[in-house]
Amino acid sequence: MSPPPPVTSGTHDSALSPRGVRPGFRQYMICLKGIVLRESLRFLHQRERFIASLVRPLIWLFIFAAGFRQVLGVSIIPPYKTYVLYEVYIMPGLCAMILLFSGMQSSLSMVYDREMGNMRTLLVSPFPRWFLLISKMLAGVSVSIVQVYAFLAVAWLFHVRAPAMGYLYVLPALFLAGLMLCALGMVLSSIIRQLENFAGVMNFVIFPAYFASPALYPLWRIQEASPPLYWICRANPFTYAVELVRFALYGQIEWTSLGVVCASTILFLAAAILAYDPARGLMNRKKEIGGNA
Amino acid sequence: MQHVRTIDREGKPAALDVAGVSHFYGHKQALKDVSFIVRPASFTVLLGLNGAGKTTLFSLTNHLYDTRHGAIRIFGHDINRDSGEALRRMGVVFQARTLDLDLSVRQNLAYHACLHGIGAREATARISAVLETVEMSERINDKARSLSGGQMRRVEIARALLHSPPLMLLDEATVGLDIRSRAGIMATIRNLVTTRGLAVLWATHLIDEVDEDDDAVILRQGEVVAQGRVRDIVQASDCSSIGEAFTRLNRTAAAEAMP
Repeated sequence: MSPPPPVTSGTHDSALSPRGVRPGFRQYMICLKGIVLRESLRFLHQRERFIASLVRPLIWLFIFAAGFRQVLGVSIIPPYKTYVLYEVYIMPGLCAMILLFSGMQSSLSMVYDREMGNMRTLLVSPFPRWFLLISKMLAGVSVSIVQVYAFLAVAWLFHVRAPAMGYLYVLPALFLAGLMLCALGMVLSSIIRQLENFAGVMNFVIFPAYFASPALYPLWRIQEASPPLYWICRANPFTYAVELVRFALYGQIEWTSLGVVCASTILFLAAAILAYDPARGLMNRKKEIGGNA
Repeated sequence: MQHVRTIDREGKPAALDVAGVSHFYGHKQALKDVSFIVRPASFTVLLGLNGAGKTTLFSLTNHLYDTRHGAIRIFGHDINRDSGEALRRMGVVFQARTLDLDLSVRQNLAYHACLHGIGAREATARISAVLETVEMSERINDKARSLSGGQMRRVEIARALLHSPPLMLLDEATVGLDIRSRAGIMATIRNLVTTRGLAVLWATHLIDEVDEDDDAVILRQGEVVAQGRVRDIVQASDCSSIGEAFTRLNRTAAAEAMP
């Protein structure tokens, strides 16, 4: 490095004048934009993550579904008005699966940021912490919605399709379901102490949530097979995320699912804000954010 | 209303006012009734061995932890009750590297600008200015991953300066750097104190970073054992240098800790 650098006190003083105003709506939007942009850039820089997020549901769609449609019949159940191919049936579940994995990926990213120290740069921003966490969630949801549409595009190319307007109607459903799963991921990120513990999330959250839901088989089938499992599925918030997306793809609103998804989002979000609140949450634990005494 | 300690007859608040702060991790007390102030446009060294409580104090000061015992005010703004105003007046360089390695220098700084609500056009001007200040303009488009340890630190200092805070906290900012890099960073920060009136709290355990004209706060096992102008601390300890005074103060602590 060069010798001690001189400080340029004259030329740039105007550019560096102190920020003297309280943040208003515009500043909040700038902050939100910055967090979303950063998450998007990180996603773009991690091409493997994008490919993995696309390949996973496609394997389910073209290998698992192709095999299972011969053994698993789907009767006419709402929102379907006719018999549908098994591939068509599991498409909404796979969309929700992308949201689920993406939400957990956001959680992993928060644990990583915390271990690497990047989380501190976010938390020392002067904006309220609830706003920073919601912004972080919105960033995660934006990235996951892009992944879902990429999957839907590939499925469409292979003639696994929903009604044309469904692709538009599903957007708010994806947004809400994504928000709920990102909020859940955020709660988990406050509980997970180290990156190594993330495997536990796979085993105890992602897989049970996914398999105990109507993503792969209708609930009536589960009820026939095992009533206790049926009630577990009914208690699983992911079930309602799947159904919300399924009905939205066919231009319908499933009100129970909408209610449960909204309520779960609020609950998970409140828990996440509490967990990251320095006054009450887990941040007061030593080394929680990678600090030394 | 809690009393705000002032530093002059005009009633200007201290840049940083730490008043009776204690902190516990479970039953273990990490800070014991810590009190000191950092004056505007001054360089204050927070000196302490590893584990003395420096990083805990920093985490409380920048509101990563909640201050449950005592109060911390930045230019009169309580960090618990008015954290937004307090944090706007503060730039922080953490002990751990906090740049996003996958992003370029520009993208890292632009992200920070957004976190302070600074719009794109203004951010561009500020990014150029702060990178010039730390002599890193030519690396603006490089990935953070490609920078050396010293260069990363410079970018982190630039980032902390980006929103023009009147107070800067640097937690062991030169740890792991070679002598040349350390000297460069020290000189940059000291110049900012004299030319821009920045108040700096510089946490370190490296004695050679302390100047006899600096203010110093010496932490030992979570307690302030000495504070004031460095030369006064040396004189009061009946030592010939701050190094000797620091060693003596810590030796006393070790002796006290013996069963």
